[in-house]
Amino acid sequence: MTVLLIVLGAAVGAPLRYLADRAVQARHDTVFPWGTLTVNVFGSALLGFLAALPAGDGVMALAGTGFCGALTTYSTFGYETVRLMEEGARFHAVANAVAGVVAGLGAAYCGLAFAQALAA
Amino acid sequence: MTDRPIDPDVDLHVPAQRAELHWPVIAVIAAGGALGALARYGAQTALPAGPGEFPWATFLVNVSGCLLIGVLMVVITEVREAHRLVRPFLGVGILGGYTTFSTYVVDVQRAVAAGAPVTGLLYLAATLLAALAAVTAGMWVTRRLAKTRMSAR
Repeated sequence: MTVLLIVLGAAVGAPLRYLADRAVQARHDTVFPWGTLTVNVFGSALLGFLAALPAGDGVMALAGTGFCGALTTYSTFGYETVRLMEEGARFHAVANAVAGVVAGLGAAYCGLAFAQALAA
Repeated sequence: MTDRPIDPDVDLHVPAQRAELHWPVIAVIAAGGALGALARYGAQTALPAGPGEFPWATFLVNVSGCLLIGVLMVVITEVREAHRLVRPFLGVGILGGYTTFSTYVVDVQRAVAAGAPVTGLLYLAATLLAALAAVTAGMWVTRRLAKTRMSAR
């Protein structure tokens, strides 16, 4: 059952990352990878929220491990950072790494705060 | 700028990727994402981390996924022309579904909540540095191998 829920969540999360990334890029024509930052921040906020609820095992498998796990990505984040460096866009590379981590963590804490506010 | 993409998921600066929005692409991303997520779940089940412990499974998943994206992207953008579903399936789907940013930041959050902020900080920095080193290594080794093969011909 857990496996099926993870498969379902990920089968939605991964294409959503792709579509969201396209949609963001279509609106911002820059070299900075805003699309990836957007999905990583959103997924981190949602997982921070779910982890703080705490959600049941089934919800965690579907929405946490499956959906949030596949929506967010470290491989894309890492590759972009290295490619920006390669292209000589050193500021963008460092900004991407720092902004990704800071915004992701901040988003997870926002999710946590929201879950706590709901529980109160 | 070169014509090689910055964003490996999709880069609208690449004309072929701008035009690739079709159902087969979405389908292979979904299938790859599911496979990648299952592999990540397998690793996390095999190497569980208690509260305040270093989350080795997620660390290894993210670093190995970064190594593989480095290899994959060099192969398909510099070495040989790939089928149009290769990047969506392997890169966007499998590697994107396998690696995770949300678990990474929530792992840090959990370490701090469990009273192990140093472990959390160490994990935060170690993942970032190892991931960037892994992408670089994957790209470098693949370029070297491709060059050796080319000159051997």
